[in-house]
Amino acid sequence: MGELTQDQFVGFYRTMRTIRRFEQRVVELVNRNDIPGAAHEYVGEEAVATGVCHALRPDDVITSTHRGHGHILAKGGDPRRMMAELMGKSTGYNRGRGGSMHIADLELGIFGANGIVGAGAPIACGAAMAAKLKGRDGVAVSFFGDGATNQGVLLEALNLAAIWKLPVVFVCENNGYAISASIREMSPLQRLADRAPAFGMPGDSVDGMDVLAVHEGASRVVARARAGGGPSFLECLTYRFVGHFTAEKALGIKYRSDEEIEEWRQRDPLVTYPAWLRERGICDPARVDAEVEAVLEEAVAFARQSPLPAPEEALDGMYATTYPGLPARGW
Amino acid sequence: MAVMTYREALNLALREEMRRDPRVFVMGEEVGLYEGAYRVTQGLLKEFGEKRVVDTPICESGFTGVGVGAAMLGLRPVLEMMTFNFAILALDQIVNTAAKMLYMSGGQYNIPLVVRGPGGPAAQLAAQHSQSMETYFYHVPGLKVVRPSTPADAKGLLKSAIRDENPVIFIESETLYAVKGEVPDDPDFTIPLGQAIVRREGTDVTVVAYMGMMYRAMEVAEELAREGMSVEIVDPRTLRPMDTQTIVSSVRKTHRAVVIEAGAGFAGMGSEILSFITEQAFDDLDAPVERVTGENAPMPYARNLELLKTPSKAKIAAAIRKVCNA
Ligand SMILES: Cc1ncc(C[n+]2csc(CCOP(=O)(O)OP(=O)(O)O)c2C)c(N)n1
Ligand SMILES: [Mg+2]
Repeated sequence: MGELTQDQFVGFYRTMRTIRRFEQRVVELVNRNDIPGAAHEYVGEEAVATGVCHALRPDDVITSTHRGHGHILAKGGDPRRMMAELMGKSTGYNRGRGGSMHIADLELGIFGANGIVGAGAPIACGAAMAAKLKGRDGVAVSFFGDGATNQGVLLEALNLAAIWKLPVVFVCENNGYAISASIREMSPLQRLADRAPAFGMPGDSVDGMDVLAVHEGASRVVARARAGGGPSFLECLTYRFVGHFTAEKALGIKYRSDEEIEEWRQRDPLVTYPAWLRERGICDPARVDAEVEAVLEEAVAFARQSPLPAPEEALDGMYATTYPGLPARGW
Repeated sequence: MAVMTYREALNLALREEMRRDPRVFVMGEEVGLYEGAYRVTQGLLKEFGEKRVVDTPICESGFTGVGVGAAMLGLRPVLEMMTFNFAILALDQIVNTAAKMLYMSGGQYNIPLVVRGPGGPAAQLAAQHSQSMETYFYHVPGLKVVRPSTPADAKGLLKSAIRDENPVIFIESETLYAVKGEVPDDPDFTIPLGQAIVRREGTDVTVVAYMGMMYRAMEVAEELAREGMSVEIVDPRTLRPMDTQTIVSSVRKTHRAVVIEAGAGFAGMGSEILSFITEQAFDDLDAPVERVTGENAPMPYARNLELLKTPSKAKIAAAIRKVCNA
């Protein structure tokens, strides 16, 4: 930790603040019907994506989840193109075709948010395998939730990564719940990281509300993967402060106690970390806040001003090769 | 008769069948405490307890396999796919085990299993969460496939599906859960699987459509009535086994047919309906049968593109005019 620079400390905060404010803007926009209500906010979990992605190189790969905005921003995603995608605009990452759950950026190694729980894990293994075969020292990170750990395909991916010694880091964002299903009822283990040794890989559990702890833990296993040491499992203990998705509030369903939510809010990384920065005299967080605000303001304006996708182009790009008249009806 | 929503009708069907038969139980993600992602299992945990309303981890293949095993040992599982898109993860259990077990075992084991949940085009949920999932199932011998369009059908057909001795794929719709309609109170009210229904009588043309497309076709039919065109609408309700007789009889009467489907047209349900109409009623047709289908593309997210993906009223009307003026 001593090796971290001033800029890195500030960078962590800038990323976390960007994620938090991005998500809050999304909620506002959902309430104004500018974005449909099926977005899954990352509020409360910012330290995880930030700590992990700041331990990666630009050419490293991540696979994300339905709750992907944080991962994408932390990996360097452009808030303008993300916001435009959420509004279904032609300037969005996916040209308005994908929306919240499918944002991808090949150039940044973001192999996609994914609407299917668990589906990203084998894709990360594939990216890691390709990097290895090409003789590169790239690493792939698979983000997934506690709920995803019970999906068969995730367990298959763990084994594949282990037998082939793939440079993959499995980052389990244990926020305690899969929608309303408490992980305490869905797994008998106290620590999900304890599954890892059974697959022949190390499993570590870190405080996911502490960006420095996450960064340290991630740096260790990323370095190990890069050096050819094989895959690892990194459980980050975290919590989402809000509902499973934006519109959940309207359902009026309760599965977590107010005390529990409050307890976790006490550990809000967007409160504790800037306080720490101030205390240490590293920077004035308010300055960063202002920068972030300007970036997001611009992103929303950009998205609003962008045109809708042109219907004439709606069938373009379905196949990598084009044929006249394809893909038209009746071919 | 009571007026209730499609969602409430499904809930009532589950309740009545669970009261009637202790072997019936419900299993899936978020069906208990959360009462279903779309509230179809509301109140079931309270009434029937944890043994009969089982919350599972996120493991579609796993819990479907559990359902198959439980059915083989005499229970009657009703599995909920939070949305039918996730049934793709359970495809192996459904296709390779549930559908084939009776045949493969030489008649030893039948699988009285219902797999239900919403499917079809939803609202801005994008390609992985918005697609016509029936396509993946109605091709499979051994399965029955139901698509109930109205609250009464939802109740009557779900009850029949639960009482059926075979695996039944029962695909509801996110966009129909709030639709209201009259539903018989009688706990013995059922609608047999494999019976189509004439939703609207007419003399000039037969339109075959189900789910959201049926409602869209009804609106078009009302509009065309003002122009003096008389449109008959037939809703197959069960896609496998298909009630070809009701559809063909209607075509024999009107001599014209338009088949509508929400999903991509290539090798879709419309192709099948069109072929049996042509095979069985060719001599009765006064015009070639028209198909109106969704575009051959994944469902886009942007609202303006999404609206273009499924057949619009204008396209449906144009197809009806075309066959009528032929
Ligand atoms: C295969 C599949 N099944 C079910 C769902 C519906 N679903 C979306 S998110 C979710 C819960 C995921 O929980 P977890 O993995 O813990 O991630 P979190 O939402 O807590 O970030 C479920 C069940 C899905 N998207 N994909
Ligand atoms: Mg979770």
